[in-house]
This record gives sequence, structure tokens and C-alpha cells, in this order.
Amino acid sequence: MKKKELQELQGIASQVRRDIVRMVNNAGNGHPGGALGCADLLTLLYFKVMERKEKFEMNGENEDLFFLSNGHISAVWYSVLARSGYFDVEELKTHRKIDSRLQGHPTPYEELEGVRMASGSLGQGLSVAIGAALTKKLNKENKVVYVLMGDGEQQEGQIWEAAMFAAHHKVDNLIAFIDHNKQQIDGSTDEVMSVESLKDKYESFGWNVFECDGNNMEKLYSTIILAKKEVGNQKPLMILMKTEMGYGVDYMMGTHKWHGVAPNDEETKKALEQLEETLGDF
Amino acid sequence: MKYSFSEKKDTRSGFGDGLLEVAKKNDRVVGLCADLTGSLKMGDFKKAFPDRFFQVGIAEANMIGIAAGMTIGGMIPYTGTFANFSTGRVYDQIRQSIAYSKKNVKICASHAGLTLGEDGATHQILEDIGLMKMLPHMTVINTCDYNQTKAATIAIADLEGPVYLRFGRPKVPVFTPDNDSFEVGKAVQLCEGSDVTIIATGHLVWEALLAEEILSNKGLSVDVINIHTIKPLDEKAIIDSVRETKCVVTAEEHQIFGGLGESVAGVLARSFPAPIEMVGVKDCFGESGEPDELMVKYGLTKNEIVDAAMKVIARKA
Ligand SMILES: Cc1ncc(C[n+]2csc(CCOP(=O)(O)OP(=O)(O)O)c2C)c(N)n1
Ligand SMILES: [Mg+2]
Repeated sequence: MKKKELQELQGIASQVRRDIVRMVNNAGNGHPGGALGCADLLTLLYFKVMERKEKFEMNGENEDLFFLSNGHISAVWYSVLARSGYFDVEELKTHRKIDSRLQGHPTPYEELEGVRMASGSLGQGLSVAIGAALTKKLNKENKVVYVLMGDGEQQEGQIWEAAMFAAHHKVDNLIAFIDHNKQQIDGSTDEVMSVESLKDKYESFGWNVFECDGNNMEKLYSTIILAKKEVGNQKPLMILMKTEMGYGVDYMMGTHKWHGVAPNDEETKKALEQLEETLGDF
Repeated sequence: MKYSFSEKKDTRSGFGDGLLEVAKKNDRVVGLCADLTGSLKMGDFKKAFPDRFFQVGIAEANMIGIAAGMTIGGMIPYTGTFANFSTGRVYDQIRQSIAYSKKNVKICASHAGLTLGEDGATHQILEDIGLMKMLPHMTVINTCDYNQTKAATIAIADLEGPVYLRFGRPKVPVFTPDNDSFEVGKAVQLCEGSDVTIIATGHLVWEALLAEEILSNKGLSVDVINIHTIKPLDEKAIIDSVRETKCVVTAEEHQIFGGLGESVAGVLARSFPAPIEMVGVKDCFGESGEPDELMVKYGLTKNEIVDAAMKVIARKA
């Protein structure tokens, strides 16, 4: 990737992080931590990696698809969807409020452009992504399905039923990501219920696993490109992203405390001082 | 107003405090939680009894199975997670390993209903009472305030068999007496009257009392019954009241299909047919929003109870 393009993408990610902080502050509650940590990935996917149609179509034929399994980090997805033009950025103001399409957890119920499946109850998104990938194969498409999960979410049994299926049925048009921030609600994943080693686990299930720093856009991008080269090679693909919960806001990093707490006005001000406004706030 | 309150507290704190207290008295009580220790207020129990607390991570099906297994040999497991993940998420595990196997597990569920608020419909289960009451052997309890939740948490340790204990997230008026006895399956008569019976459960009990005040200002005399145990239902209390009033309104933070209202309607249809109106969620999902504004939008306030009462009184022959 050219330096200028990289800087441009980093600029978008900075705006997305501003949006996240302002959205949860505006709502008075929400999940900033995981959302901030995944801003680089979602920005890259929507602004660089995914082949997607400008206008949203539920069926998503002949385009790449993205599913968010860890639905609580919806704020990052909403910001990226709005910034990619699926709906007006002004709508970000309504997140988590009554009569909004931007529900606490994403849903197609109110027909928000960009969302194809409800999530929020954890552990279900990998199965859904596998289903969509199978349909792409049946439709003789060569587009890719992407899905993002949490690392705490890996504790759900359904994930491993899905992992087994994907390898057994050679679902090789699927690239899954894990937001490996090592945090969840009650503490670090190591304290709560260790999920290590995720790499060994997925490899032993028959997946092709890549690892990278999920908050370094350049490295993340080159890893996605490596994984994309393996599409069609008989194995489901996994990118384990080492991330930092709350990335970009110094006082939110290195702890699980900001998993589900909104910054107050003063904390928000402090956060925004660290994040450049590049595309204009909503 | 016949009842008053001096403070508001969340019912889930009643659960947390009750769990700590019952664990002190009964060393068979153990707690399991699925990465929601803070939300369930299980932190004090965990601190006091670290050996009797089990963190299972985000794995609710596993939690239910482990709890069922722990009863063999005599433990009394209390599982804690949100109501949606306590029921819908793990229905078959509950059905086979707890209900059908008659295991002494207490399934304790917070954040039930619309008042969960901003997290929205994925988390706002409004079907859990129905799901649980359909299971043979299952006792279903939905408490109305902090004191009642605490008392219920303590009482169910002495009840052999599976229990679903449902409570909520927000701070609500504490109006039942401190250290009141909790008798599973026994309705609590809050007001006595002869024109209409209001039967409410959970957060709607306070709204029923507010409605009673409005109705009595209109010159009507209202029976208000707090049904904390939906199964087994106190059929006698319901029939005795309706014999007097000849009509009934039910109120609950739950779908009308499968909820308290349908249970009451069933009792009346079998034993003492009378007009009934139901206040509840009308076959739709919830959404994100502040608890109070959601209760208004979905018609779960004193106003709907008053309207239903006027309507059902008019329907009396
Ligand atoms: C089935 C289910 N159980 C519990 C929850 C409550 N919950 C929401 S987020 C979360 C922690 C998720 O951890 P992780 O996947 O690591 O996400 P992160 O905290 O890193 O954003 C939990 C337990 C849920 N949403 N769904
Ligand atoms: Mg995590």
C-alpha cells in the first residue's frame, strides 16, 4: 500500500474512533472498548479490501460480505457503514436511543443498510457466515465472506461446532477474524476462562491461521492480502488480530474497564484531544 | 396511595444480597456465573465464598449442564446470567438436564424484559416466563422489588426442585416490607376491593398500585394482587377475588402470549369465567431506549392498566 493511501485510511480510522467515542457519550452508555480496538480492521475492510456494491442489497450477490458476531461493538460498524455512504452520518446521533435504526446491537429488523443479520447474543456469527459462504459457492460466486468475533466469545460452544463444520466442508471462501484483545466483561480472558492457544485450537480443527497486530494497519492489510491468496485452497481462513481494547484513547487501554462503559463529557473531551477529526464530526 | 417507598433499588441487588445471606446459612449453596458477575451482583458472594463460586465464562449451555451435575451429591447451584441467556439460549439443556431430570437448580435471571433498556431487543427477552412455565417440574417466580427478590432468593434454597427466578436491571421503588416472609406459590393481596381485580407481576406490580390510586379517585374499589409465583399459580386467591369483582386485568413485562395473563385466563376459563383484559407486550420485539420511555411506548404503565380496568368493568354483564 502506498504511504499516502495508508495515511488516508489511518485518517478515516481516526474519524471512526471519534464517532465511536461521541456516539457512546451521546447515548450515555454503550461499548467503546472493543469498538475502538476494531476501528482499523473495519476501516480497512470497507474502504480498501471488500468488493462491495455502493447501494445495500440484502442478498449481497456478487459482492463480498461482512458479518459482526460480537454485536456489542456495533458503534464501530455503524460509523464505518455511515462513513462508507450506506446511510447519513447524522443518523449516528440516534445510536441506542428510542425509535432508532442504530440499535444497541445490530439488526436488520429496522432495515438499516449494511446489516444482514442480528447479533448481540454471542457465539452465533461464525455459523451465519459459513451459511452465507456456502450459498456463495452454490451460486457459483467467487466473492469472500468476512466475519469478526470476540476472543471471550470463543468460549461459546457453538463457535467450535461451526469451526468443525467449516473445516470439514472446506469452506474456503471465508475469512474469519478474532479481536484478540484478551479482555472481556469480568476481567482478562486468562482470568475468566482461558481461550489459549487460539492458534493451536483452530489449526487442529483444520483451519489456516494467520496472526498479526490488529492495530497496525499496514501489517493488518498485508496479512489480509496473504489470507486472500489462500481463498479457494480447501481450508477456512482465520486471522488472529492482537488488538488493544480501547485503542487510540490512552486511558481506555490495557484494561477491561471500558468494555461496556461510556465516557462522561470530560472524559470524552480528553479522548477527542487524542483523535484527529478528518472527515467532520456528525 | 396505600403504599409508599423511601428508596429505589434494583431487584438484582436483592438477588446478590439474598445469595450472600442464604450461602452463609446453607453451605450447600454454590454460585455459577457466565461472565456477568457485576451485572448479577454476585461479587460479594464470590468474595465471601471463593470456593463455592464458579466462573464459567461466556458458555451458558455449559453452565446449565454443570449446575445440573452439581446437584448430584447435594449441592444447590444458583446460576446467574441475563434472562435471555438463562432461558432461550439454553432451553434444551434446562429441559433435559434440569426439568426432566428433576434437578435442584435455581436459574437466576436478571435484565428481564424491556427495562433492560439500551442494549435492545436481542437482550430483552419477553418470552421467558412462557418458556419456563411450560416445562414440567419448573417453578417460575418473577419478583417485584428489592426486598421480595432478596426474600425469594433465600426461600428457594429450601424448595427442592428446579426454579426459574426472574428479576430486572433498573432501580425501582422498594415497597414490600423488609424481611417479609416469602411463600412460594402464595399470592400477596395488596389492596382489597370489589369492582375489579388487578393481577400483576414483577415491575408491573408498582404500576398496578399507581393505577389503583387513579381508579379509587374515580370512586372505584380495586383488588390488587401481587403474583410473584406464576407457577404454581395461586388459583384460589385469583378465583376468590374474581368471585367478588367479576372481572380482572393482568399486567406483566412480558409477551401477552404465554405470560401471566394467559395463565390467569386459563384458571378463570376452567373455574369461573369472567371478562379479562391483559396488559403486556403485544406480539412484537422490544428496542433500544431508556427503560421508562420503553415502558410508555410499549404500553406497560399505570395508564394502560387504568384503561384496561375501565374496559373490563364495562364488559361485565
Ligand atoms: C450469549 C451471550 N452471553 C453473554 C453476553 C453478555 N456479554 C456481552 S459482551 C460480553 C463479553 C464479550 O467478550 P469479548 O468477546 O472478548 O468482547 P470484548 O469484551 O473484548 O469486546 C458478554 C459476556 C452476550 N452478549 N451473549
Ligand atoms: Mg475480548
